[in-house]
Amino acid sequence: MAAPWRSLRLVAPIGNRSTRGIHQLGGAVDPESSQKKRRTMLQYLSDHFYDVEFLRGYFLQNKMDKVHQKNRFRDKEWIRPDKYGHFSQEFWNFSEVPVEAVDASDCAINYEGLENLHLLKELQSLSLQRCPHMDDWCLSRLYPLADSLQELSLAGCPRISERGLACLHHLQNLRRLDISNLPSVSNPGLTQILVEEMLPNCKVVGVNLAEGLKLGPEEQPQDTDRPIPA
Amino acid sequence: MLPRVLSLGVRRGPLTRRPGTLRGGFSLGKVVDDRWYCGSGVRPTSGCVPFRTRNRAPHWQDSGSAWGRGYKYWEEKLSEIKKKIQSVLPGTSLHPLYDSSHLPPDHSDVVIVGGGVLGLSVAYWLKKLEKQRGALRVLVVERDLTYSQASSALSLGGIHQQFSLPENIHLSLFSASFLRNINEHLAVVDAPPLDLQFNPLGYLWLASEKDAAAMENNVKVQRQEGAKVCLMSPDQLRNKFPWINTEGVALASYGMEDEGWFDPWCLLQGLRRKVQSMGVLFCQGEVTRFVSSSDRMLTKNQKEVKLKRIYEVHVKMDNSVEYQPVECALVINAAGAWSAQIAALAGIGKGPPDTLQGTKLPVEPRKRYVYVWHCPQGPGLESPLVADTSGTYFRREGLGSNYLGGRSPTEEEEPDPENLEVDHDFFQDKVWPHLAQRVPAFETLKVQNAWAGYYDYNTFDQNGVVGPHPLVVNMFFATGFSGHGLQQAPGVGRAVAEMILEGRFQTINLDSFLFSRFYLGEKIQEDNII
Repeated sequence: MAAPWRSLRLVAPIGNRSTRGIHQLGGAVDPESSQKKRRTMLQYLSDHFYDVEFLRGYFLQNKMDKVHQKNRFRDKEWIRPDKYGHFSQEFWNFSEVPVEAVDASDCAINYEGLENLHLLKELQSLSLQRCPHMDDWCLSRLYPLADSLQELSLAGCPRISERGLACLHHLQNLRRLDISNLPSVSNPGLTQILVEEMLPNCKVVGVNLAEGLKLGPEEQPQDTDRPIPA
Repeated sequence: MLPRVLSLGVRRGPLTRRPGTLRGGFSLGKVVDDRWYCGSGVRPTSGCVPFRTRNRAPHWQDSGSAWGRGYKYWEEKLSEIKKKIQSVLPGTSLHPLYDSSHLPPDHSDVVIVGGGVLGLSVAYWLKKLEKQRGALRVLVVERDLTYSQASSALSLGGIHQQFSLPENIHLSLFSASFLRNINEHLAVVDAPPLDLQFNPLGYLWLASEKDAAAMENNVKVQRQEGAKVCLMSPDQLRNKFPWINTEGVALASYGMEDEGWFDPWCLLQGLRRKVQSMGVLFCQGEVTRFVSSSDRMLTKNQKEVKLKRIYEVHVKMDNSVEYQPVECALVINAAGAWSAQIAALAGIGKGPPDTLQGTKLPVEPRKRYVYVWHCPQGPGLESPLVADTSGTYFRREGLGSNYLGGRSPTEEEEPDPENLEVDHDFFQDKVWPHLAQRVPAFETLKVQNAWAGYYDYNTFDQNGVVGPHPLVVNMFFATGFSGHGLQQAPGVGRAVAEMILEGRFQTINLDSFLFSRFYLGEKIQEDNII
């Protein structure tokens, strides 16, 4: 989820000492018209003085750089390994950046490995799809992420059963939970209903509630040659 | 029909021989030598015989030359030769005419009395930690291989680390990691993996005002030892579990990890399958007698002490008078609720009171009921095992709004442990009111089922007895856990195996659980027992 691209309405460069006096004077009277006045005044000055133009460009560039820095992951947010499975060394430069999402699909992560996720205090999205060693014990280890985790996907994990899903009740900030294709869950429909009761603010997806149920007599498919159902 | 004769008890001590025994031979009242290395090279002195002969005169009373001695002498010589052959080929049963496959072997290095989860755990760790493969011959004697009255099979299957003693916490933590990796520990070639059906929802202990300080201390100890427990106030409790009525609750402790409940039958069968694959022998029979030898020794203060060593265990078959004497080096008492009887057979407790000889094993069977009820509006999927201030506990079972629970009766209300009949009035009068008070949704419920099981209750301090007896030097205890034996079985089994193989506890120090504390009066009280 990238932050929306903010429009850069740089009316006056902040911290531009040479022009501070100008917009302080003008701003008190009428914001809209004073802004227009400032813009034309600044425009007039920068048209006539190279220094002002240069300084204005310099501060504009600074501000743009800051915004770019904040949005640097807009297109390339995910840090992926290359074809040999290695992560690039530049990953180390980002050690202060909080990790928001981890995609560990098809990964052989186990109980001891999940301890490493406890350090990620701002993790919002965790995807553990099709992990072969994820079982109920592992799910009981996810509670430290309760403050920040909003999206969790457990689709296709062969060892997870409804007992493990029950201990997701600690994750009260969860908004989306994917529990499709869990072969060890004994009754997927009932489990989904109980999990939805357990996590009232969360959208639980992945289970077709009609699966395994037979249609009642009223719900039998109508004849298709009648345009209007009787 | 070849009459089978027994050799004489010349080298045996007569001290524990009952009058009128069917064994032949006299004894000379000699104190026997050390029989520790029973399993190797010692001439076996008993045959695997189904029937015993009459008393016969000792052979030195026959006079004359070999040829004049007659039929009886040659019979005896033949049986001696057979026994010599048998000692060289251990494990074969040289009885072509009788089927003795139901009998235990003639000798075994370790005899474990009791085939429940503790006995099997000791057997597993003995075979796992032995220095050489096949070094120890282990026999497990279980009276009832259907486990119809065994505490392990009838247990609720809970595991938690919320104890007040650090040793108990460590035992539980180790057991949790054992259960987590159970398919690595108990893997058998070509057998399907075990599914313990572990439910990691944790235990929630509620404390009233007067117990709140103790609970806080306990939680501090638990966190120090590595258990993940958190304390909750009544408000937090109501936020998290809206179905609880927090009246009378001052503090609650909630286990976050490594706590929950599982299927004890699966653990039992998994252990059994694994130890059988490791070569442990099983026998269905009842231990009726221990034959021991004794040594009189002097202490530093010149006081006489009688040290006993069991060298033979008599295992009686079901519905028969047939018994098999098994020569042994060590006996492990893991008989659960019936451990006191086994200890009494070994002479523990026979003596003047207030002496070490007179200290009995204070483990007795106590009956506990478990009720299953259905309540459609009850607590949801996330409910942990809740242990109330009044001693009532319950937990959810499965997806279908069924709950299991019960309550430990007070000392005055203790039911008679004669049989395992269920008293339904106990639920009506003593359990339901507390349940309904704590969880208002339980005011309407319907009891579906109930059963009863035994606690091997330690009347001294409700904690287990582990380790050797000071006087009967080769009897080891692994019993008396008063309701938390199942959750500590892997740890205790390992501790006993270490004691036997290394001579001391190595991983978890259970020195405070030794038998001698009953004589010295050092109680290690455990508070959190339900």
